Amino acid sequence: MANGAAGAVRPADVGLTARRDAWWVQPVVVFLGLSAFVAYATWAAFQGNNYRYTAGGANYLSPFYSPELFGDPKTAWLGGKPAWWPGWLVFSPALLILPFPAFFRVTCYYYRGAYYKAFWADPPSCTVKEPRSSYRGEASFPLILQNVHRYFLYIALLFILILGHDAWDGFRFTDAAGNLHFGMGVGSLVLTINVFLLAGYTFGCHSMRHLCGGKINQLSACPMRSRLYGCVSMLNARHMAWAWPSLVFVAFTDVYVRLCCMGVITDWRFF
Amino acid sequence: MSSTATFKIWRGNSDGGEFRDYQARVDEGMVVLDAVHQIQAEQAPDMAVRWNCKAGKCGSCSSEINGMPRLMCMTRISDLPADQPITVEPMHTFPLIKDLVTDVSWNFRAKKTLKPFSPRPPDAPDGTWRMAQEDIERIQEFRKCIECFLCQDVCHVLREHHLEEQFIGPRLFTFSAALEMHPLDTENRLGDLRKLNGIGYCNITKCCTKVCPEEIHITDNAIIPLKERVVDQFFDPLTRIFRAITGNGKR
Repeated sequence: MANGAAGAVRPADVGLTARRDAWWVQPVVVFLGLSAFVAYATWAAFQGNNYRYTAGGANYLSPFYSPELFGDPKTAWLGGKPAWWPGWLVFSPALLILPFPAFFRVTCYYYRGAYYKAFWADPPSCTVKEPRSSYRGEASFPLILQNVHRYFLYIALLFILILGHDAWDGFRFTDAAGNLHFGMGVGSLVLTINVFLLAGYTFGCHSMRHLCGGKINQLSACPMRSRLYGCVSMLNARHMAWAWPSLVFVAFTDVYVRLCCMGVITDWRFF
Repeated sequence: MSSTATFKIWRGNSDGGEFRDYQARVDEGMVVLDAVHQIQAEQAPDMAVRWNCKAGKCGSCSSEINGMPRLMCMTRISDLPADQPITVEPMHTFPLIKDLVTDVSWNFRAKKTLKPFSPRPPDAPDGTWRMAQEDIERIQEFRKCIECFLCQDVCHVLREHHLEEQFIGPRLFTFSAALEMHPLDTENRLGDLRKLNGIGYCNITKCCTKVCPEEIHITDNAIIPLKERVVDQFFDPLTRIFRAITGNGKR
């Protein structure tokens, strides 16, 4: 479409930006926050131990390692280390799990906007000059692949169910006779808060909102979907506010289970 | 009680320009447009500034104040740092005409290229339609747009990269969303949105939402829902198979 403005004189750009506020704070905080999470999650994923706390009859599983598909033959769904695992790669159950929630976050609309600014300076912040002149956006490869987001949502929904089950298991303790009974420790609460925050983030996803009712123009004809759309929209309006606490807390949950396993801290039992 | 503030206002035309300093009396409750008018009346009668309603409803006095796209009439001077000069510039994205006035006509030309509203046949013999309030509520937000084009100004795809040939910008995505999500509309704009209007160029910086004086949630409620509809039609094989089986069209 003809712009009619080719070669037009525009107001001169003076410096990086004319903004007076601390525009750099937000991208720096995002950069540090995401970098710290990626560094810790990568380290924790390669450890391959201290992820299931069973002392005192507890049953706490780190969310980085759930579901434990392969791992400890006594607890893993499909047994020990698989025969097909490449010999050059350290085996850890988390390496089979973490890529899915990781890609759900990487392709999330909120995080995309945040890390494009913080990591690519594309742009660094609103009305701040970019370091490069070419731009392809998400219209072509590789970023066009971000459109796969909804498929990672489907997997993330499955993970919420599994983590919900893990949280429930966190309230079931095995006594000396081998019987299960209801109880509650700090770890039970940590696992519960973790799945609550992750659910708030996952159910408020933009793709979820679209699938629930965003794609329909006459929602009044679908009352159930209309109510669902309203609920998801409420969560979606605070998507960023769910994204960060859920990210921090999932790492904290792994830290808590790990420290309990290592004996650094003791899980305090309410009953 | 009056005080004095320094304004650095961009003065120039298509041949070039510069910032010039002006002093203005500032009284309680004044907005930037008041100060610009005062400067125009007392010190710079040849300064060009576009304005109309002084109430944030006409979208005429769009500019960049201290580096952020804002309406001059809705920016209180008391909300700006008092210890530094206040810079007032024309919008950077559009061609400069003179001083604070830019040529925003591209937006209207681009708007004309979009597929217009195409309602289904009338529901009643008298030629009228029936709609549920619930169905129309979602797009009523988009109808608040005053076409100030601050969102177009702040969008880096237009501001930095000038991809006007491939990308229509947040204002026109909002306009497209109002049509595409309309309960009576039957047109399919998704192919155009992807190929001609460049919705894939949006990388969700949310700057458009941040500067919108009408507080329209442009990114979350217009652009991302349109992106999701484009995914439905072009990138999601499961949805395409489902649609092929059920024959579900627009509803």
